Amino acid sequence: MKDNVKGKAKQKTQIVKDVIILGITVVIAIILLSIFPYKKEAVVRTSWDFFVEMILILPAVMVLMGLFNVFVPNEMVVKYLGKSAGIKGVLLGILLGALPTGPLYVAFPMASALLKKGAKISSIIAFLSAWACIKIPQEMVELQFLGAKFMALRLILTIIFVVVMGLVIELLIAQSNRKLKKDG
Amino acid sequence: MNKTAIFINAFALLFLIFAFIRDRKKAKKALTVALKSFFRILPTVLIIIILIGLLLGFVSKSTISKIVGEQAGLGGVLVVAMLGAVLHIPSLISFPLAASLIKSGASITSVAVFITTLTMIGVVTLPLEIKELGKRMAILRNVISFVIAIIIGIIMGVVL
Repeated sequence: MKDNVKGKAKQKTQIVKDVIILGITVVIAIILLSIFPYKKEAVVRTSWDFFVEMILILPAVMVLMGLFNVFVPNEMVVKYLGKSAGIKGVLLGILLGALPTGPLYVAFPMASALLKKGAKISSIIAFLSAWACIKIPQEMVELQFLGAKFMALRLILTIIFVVVMGLVIELLIAQSNRKLKKDG
Repeated sequence: MNKTAIFINAFALLFLIFAFIRDRKKAKKALTVALKSFFRILPTVLIIIILIGLLLGFVSKSTISKIVGEQAGLGGVLVVAMLGAVLHIPSLISFPLAASLIKSGASITSVAVFITTLTMIGVVTLPLEIKELGKRMAILRNVISFVIAIIIGIIMGVVL
């Protein structure tokens, strides 16, 4: 409960900070554009175009994030990921990493708890990587701004390499554990 | 409204309808969460949108192309990868930034590398990662992710 209150206070100061930085950015933009008035049209038009493109999808993206946040609680992720192994575990790790919302630093304690519970390192690496860069709402924004080809190709490549990375790190850590045992 | 935006909104609406059928109370809570996070991210979105306008208006295509374009080569890609690893900006707003860079002469490779290191690697969050997962695993994950990001970028540059 106390943590929750602290978290809320932190969020508030973050918003205040963001608004102040926004104010500074606006002032800088106004100063720059009054020194170079002939740039005004191009700058305003570009910003406006990007704003429109963003505002058309941002509410939808936020709704998706809110839904995942409420319907995919972290406890559920921990429950399912705790007892899976092998390539199936890795794929499950990716899926369960892609659904919940929140910054990466929320996922670290979850990963740590899962490791202590005996989850495979490969699944955990896949889970963390998916949490970081295969979020569904995030993919939507990528689709909007960079196009279907870019988004799909990067998604497929990321999944392939994350699977490989999970297995490689698991192997490396197992090897160094064996070496530590032999030496000690 | 373009096709992609319509698709995304339809997708979200579909999920929302399902959510309301399954659990009204939870669905309402989700909407509250959505509204709050919308206003939380809005200032950052506006900042990046103004910066994009200034970037495209003031920095010439040839300058951007020299730093992160085809001419920049592997050195440019490495710089972009490092930048992505160190910077701590929300991934949601990295996509419009990436799109604006491509528009103004950046290569597909450097933009893909930037987005990938930005999301996968966190120098800022590394201390916490080490604390929670141990030095070995945290450093392995970040270093291998860095290499992977560059490989993904190069493949994307070749294919697209």
